[in-house]
Amino acid sequence: MSAPSKSSPLKMYFSIWVALLVGTYVTYRVASIDLQPFNAAIALTIATIKATLVALFFMHVKGASEKLTKLVVIAALFFLALLLGLTMSDYATRLWS
Amino acid sequence: MANPLPQPVERENYLNKEYGVWSWLLTTDHKRIALLYLLSITFFFFIGGFFALLIRLELLTPAGDLVQADTYNKLFTMHGMVMVFFFLIPSIPAVLGNFLVPLMVGAKDLAFPRINLLSWYLYIIGGVMMLHCMLTGGVDTGWTFYAPFSTAFTNTKIVEAGLAIFVAGFSSILTGLNFVVTIHRMRAPGMTWSRLPLFIWAHYATSIIQLLGTPVIAITIVLVAAERTLHLGIFDPKLGGDPLLFQHLFWFYSHPAVYIMILPAMGVVTEIIACFSRKRIFGYHFVALSSIAIAVFGFLVWAHHMFVAGISIYAALVFSFLSYAVAVPSAIKVFNWTATLYKGSIHYDAPMLYAFGFLGLFTIGGLTGLFLAALGIDVHVTDTYFVVAHFHYIMVGGAVMGYLGGMHFWWPKISGRLYPEGWARLAALIVFIGFNLTFFPQFILGYMGMPRRYYDYSHMPEFQVLNVLSTAGATVLGVGYLLPMIYFLWSMRYGKPAPDNPWNAAGLEWKTTSPPPTFNFEEEPVVTWEAYNYDELDAPHPQEVPVAR
Ligand code: HEM
Ligand SMILES: [Cu+2]
Repeated sequence: MSAPSKSSPLKMYFSIWVALLVGTYVTYRVASIDLQPFNAAIALTIATIKATLVALFFMHVKGASEKLTKLVVIAALFFLALLLGLTMSDYATRLWS
Repeated sequence: MANPLPQPVERENYLNKEYGVWSWLLTTDHKRIALLYLLSITFFFFIGGFFALLIRLELLTPAGDLVQADTYNKLFTMHGMVMVFFFLIPSIPAVLGNFLVPLMVGAKDLAFPRINLLSWYLYIIGGVMMLHCMLTGGVDTGWTFYAPFSTAFTNTKIVEAGLAIFVAGFSSILTGLNFVVTIHRMRAPGMTWSRLPLFIWAHYATSIIQLLGTPVIAITIVLVAAERTLHLGIFDPKLGGDPLLFQHLFWFYSHPAVYIMILPAMGVVTEIIACFSRKRIFGYHFVALSSIAIAVFGFLVWAHHMFVAGISIYAALVFSFLSYAVAVPSAIKVFNWTATLYKGSIHYDAPMLYAFGFLGLFTIGGLTGLFLAALGIDVHVTDTYFVVAHFHYIMVGGAVMGYLGGMHFWWPKISGRLYPEGWARLAALIVFIGFNLTFFPQFILGYMGMPRRYYDYSHMPEFQVLNVLSTAGATVLGVGYLLPMIYFLWSMRYGKPAPDNPWNAAGLEWKTTSPPPTFNFEEEPVVTWEAYNYDELDAPHPQEVPVAR
């Protein structure tokens, strides 16, 4: 548990929530402008930021003192990297032959 | 077996503490939840078995005469979905694991007893959705849901079946979560990691897969539903998607999922082999770490299901190599079990018969997996009955054998009664014979080129003999499965009361009463011995060890 902060936790939760809503709105607006490959890049960047916010604050990864929490986060990221990396080993090499 | 004098009044235990429906439906006792799971997965086992029966009857004759083609597609789909997601994945973890993990680590319950109950309710909600889906038309894609057939073409109940599996998936995640936290945080004093029974290591590894893999299948199902209902282009090439992306995502979960089914069975078999050869497990640390290795490496091989689907040949080479690598930890286990048997004083009680069955059948299943992982051979036998035989050797010959072995081994602890040993040995034999008669001919059929998922083989009538053998075997197997059902039920009323440790086995679960009290141990146990200290247990003057009772 982190040291008691000045602002109430409820306020913190609401500001994160607002940030998530803003992220959603921006994603929606950007999707209606044609930016070629950047559309996907921007949408994914915003989505990643939102997921990080959820994990850090709503899921209390920030300020967690448990080693087990760290282990879980690292393991999850590691396996996500495996999913993306090995899948790309297919897509990236299809045109070689 | 020496039987203590029957007690006039039964001791209070988890079964007789409270009576009534609500004392079960609202229980947070891991042992009662295990029994709730036992009832529910047995129910689904019979539903899945019923579909299997119809499939085998259809294949008795070359012509497609018993059911329509569409019906047949639904039969094998529902068979696969029910057996995988509603029987085999929860089987050992949710029943034996739920019952035994806290007992074996010396805890009063799992870390989150209410989440444990929630997981059962999620399973039931998913199961009811699946039943509703089946009764109102079912699904015909195969348990693999391949897109774009599932998203654009079939007009069966994809979304509903998907949601049922989605919900049941969360029950699996919660079970895994509970085990991980319990094993980390609730071990009794003295129960170090290297004193844990290997059953616990196997369940720890299983839980890792459940936690890390299941969310991926959940998301994949959501994507299928989104493409189907909102026409978002994800998998369908017509909408700009990629069908192989579906297969990548699906098998990223579903190959590791096969290890969710087999790892717990490996844990069960390890306990049984140590007890009935009265020896320490040979190479304890290797067996423990090979479970973790299987859990991790199991995530690196999924594209061996896609060799002919059009993936890059370079990726195929990598995945083929990695599939060979994952066989190494499995082989380590088989060799260590064999080495444990060497010069052991082997007892042929029913649990051990199942463990022997597991050893042989799992080895055949695993080795044929290596055939399939070889690129050249796979092109020939993929999508034939060879694949069907391969995975049934592992899932039925391996996992279900392990499950039955475990049910027999721990039945005295679970029910407080002894099952009839003679009948049990007979049943084990019938299961073994029925199993091989059912599935061995399928290897040959597949090698000869009989494709899977076809209801009619009238252009190849020479396949009939082997199919008749297989159907006959399935009947024998069915009898083998019914027998334990009957005598387990019988023993609950008429079986002899079980002593606390009928097998003279090592492990904390045997140091409490049979059946255990609600909080498992009357005093917190303190562990001062290594796992599988059978040499000490069998020594003429066993050393006195602090015992919780
Ligand atoms: C030594 C480890 C194993 C290897 C190398 C292996 C290899 C393979 C390969 C290459 C295939 C794809 C065959 C094809 O479609 O052409 C396959 C299919 C399958 N394997 Fe294994 N396997 C192994 C262990 C297991 C285990 C432990 C299980 C289950 C507990 C299992 C269950 C399955 C299933 C369900 C399929 C078929 C899926 C489908 O197409 O419907 N395998 N295996
Ligand atoms: Cu696989």
